[in-house]
Amino acid sequence: MASVSLNNVVKSYGKVEVIHGVDLEVVDGEFLVLVGPSGCGKSTLLRMIAGLEEITDGTISIGDRIVNDVPASQRNLSMVFQSYALYPHMSVRKNLAFGLTNLKMPKPEIKRRVTEAAKVLQIEELLERKPRQLSGGQKQRVAIGRAIVREPQLFLFDEPLSNLDAELRVQMRVELADMYHRLGTTMIYVTHDQVEAMTMATRIVVLRDGIIEQVGTPFELYNFPQNKFVATFIGSPKMNMFEATVDGIGAVLPDFGTLALHVDDTWATKISVGIRPEQFALNGSGETSSTGTITLVEYLGSEVYLYVKLPSGHVVLARDNGKATHKAGDSITLSITASQAHYYGENGLRMPLFDEANS
Amino acid sequence: MTLTAEDHQAAAAAIRATRARRARRSAIIKHFFLASCTLIMIYPLIWLFMSSLKPDNQIFGDLSLWPSAFQWNNYPEGWNGLYISFGTFFKNSAFVTILAVIGNVVSCSFAAYAFARLEFKGRTILFALMMMTLMIPYHVVLIPQYLLFLQAGWVNTYLPLIVPKFLAADAFFVFLMIQFFRQLPRDLDEAAMIDGCSPFKIYWAIIIPLSLPALATAAIFTFIYTWEDFLGPLIYLTDIHDYTVPLALRSFLAQDSVSQYGQMFAISVLSILPIILFFVFFQKFIIRGIAMSGLK
Ligand SMILES: Nc1ncnc2c1ncn2[C@@H]1O[C@H](COP(=O)(O)OP(=O)(O)O)[C@@H](O)[C@H]1O
Ligand SMILES: [Mg+2]
Repeated sequence: MASVSLNNVVKSYGKVEVIHGVDLEVVDGEFLVLVGPSGCGKSTLLRMIAGLEEITDGTISIGDRIVNDVPASQRNLSMVFQSYALYPHMSVRKNLAFGLTNLKMPKPEIKRRVTEAAKVLQIEELLERKPRQLSGGQKQRVAIGRAIVREPQLFLFDEPLSNLDAELRVQMRVELADMYHRLGTTMIYVTHDQVEAMTMATRIVVLRDGIIEQVGTPFELYNFPQNKFVATFIGSPKMNMFEATVDGIGAVLPDFGTLALHVDDTWATKISVGIRPEQFALNGSGETSSTGTITLVEYLGSEVYLYVKLPSGHVVLARDNGKATHKAGDSITLSITASQAHYYGENGLRMPLFDEANS
Repeated sequence: MTLTAEDHQAAAAAIRATRARRARRSAIIKHFFLASCTLIMIYPLIWLFMSSLKPDNQIFGDLSLWPSAFQWNNYPEGWNGLYISFGTFFKNSAFVTILAVIGNVVSCSFAAYAFARLEFKGRTILFALMMMTLMIPYHVVLIPQYLLFLQAGWVNTYLPLIVPKFLAADAFFVFLMIQFFRQLPRDLDEAAMIDGCSPFKIYWAIIIPLSLPALATAAIFTFIYTWEDFLGPLIYLTDIHDYTVPLALRSFLAQDSVSQYGQMFAISVLSILPIILFFVFFQKFIIRGIAMSGLK
């Protein structure tokens, strides 16, 4: 087990800088998830930690050792690739044993570890097969098996579940979380899927364009997103954003009117107000309301999402429980409460108006 | 009007029958066409084999393919037809050819691995230079090369025929392997790196086993080319004891007395056998390799 620390890490490909000075402390034994839109540099960051990509500037240390110049093979870590990267010409058994053989580990110990990993992952009967004879889910298990037999101090995952179908993805998510609790090894996990991030992480790092936007627990990220990007990125479906103007007694929202707030003179004249779909009150119990028309109903069983067109033409998303019987074309009244909303200043940063009360 | 179940069945049966008829007709045409092509390709070999059994005066005198009398002793007589037995020439050819094959496969794959996977200074320029050597005709380098080997004192030894093969001098095979290595996923290299492999170990344990089709192709072509090579041995080998099979075969066409065509064709037939055997053996690797690269 090991902590990992990134100090002002920069990565450039030629003249193009893709990681712009990242500082990050990964605590020993935590499950850290790097999440962000495609192309934001998650893989690059992970590959620098793995030693597959040169570090242009800054330092990375694993445990107490600065590893900038340590080759991947000596960093004592395992990595699971999105493509699985199983060696096509080796049987599953050889795939699992390959890294251990390279470490010149005694044969009986290799056998013990391979057998044990195969048992845990339920791939015992596949050991003599070649990777091409495996289904996607089985390949995934073998790839994970290959990572755990090493008993490394650090696990790295680069979107390991994104090639699986939805059902398997959920199942593997549970198994990975299980494995994490059993082993307690530090894990760094890259995904663009925020559901994976939210469900598995001890802490989440939100990355955008090579910059860390926020680091926090899933709870913190969902309830107190520190800027507009995180606010709209975390949460599915997305948070609704309203551009509001500030006057003496509060924020004036289109359609809804004035939301009373304790305005002080440090405020800008324009702020953004964010409201998650479940933060609309549908029974008119909020402080200010607006009535719109339902344009689309997405029924998910336990809950239902409503696309509501407000008088200004703005379409917002609201949530109701699955028992509600809404139809497209119905009119509906949405209302909001000041303490239930998120506020962002002109610079996009969070204004912590009700955070203390809410935490 | 509605269609009954019988109507559907009858229609399906009719369609099936038409399809089967069409498939049979097209199969007959295809087979006929391919068989004709095969015959055209293989005719010279048949002619060679038949001629090797004919008496000398029938070979060019008579158009019939079938020998008037089977001269089986063209074979033993040809084998010992020169004052040195052909056993020696076959041994010489095998020596040169096997070393050339090993040299080419090893050195070209090394060079290709470096170009395909390793980062080093001047890689692009070196690659361009290597590709340029492909465009120089062999005959242009023939004389400078001869002078080089002459100065090195290598003329009248096998070294000029073998050493260049160990130095990845066949740019075409290097290029072939580079292309092959490049299509292997880099993830495999990276996984191996994390699994503790050095660059050499990645080459040896990952790249090579996955590149058998390319290696087999290089091996087959090097074998055929070296085994059949006449010009190289002609230039560099002067002692008849060192002759390879093609050079020795040439000696049947005597300048002075009557040429022993029947014996020459008999030995020619024998000289083709190793190529066929080698090809049959190694083409399996091509097929197996292609089947194995169910990469992903
Ligand atoms: N080898 C490379 N050469 C040049 N640019 C690269 C290379 N690898 C990645 N990039 C760029 O770096 C950025 C981050 O890529 P990546 O880390 O793969 O993103 P993701 O978050 O989707 O994993 C992208 O803009 C990508 O185009
Ligand atoms: Mg990626």
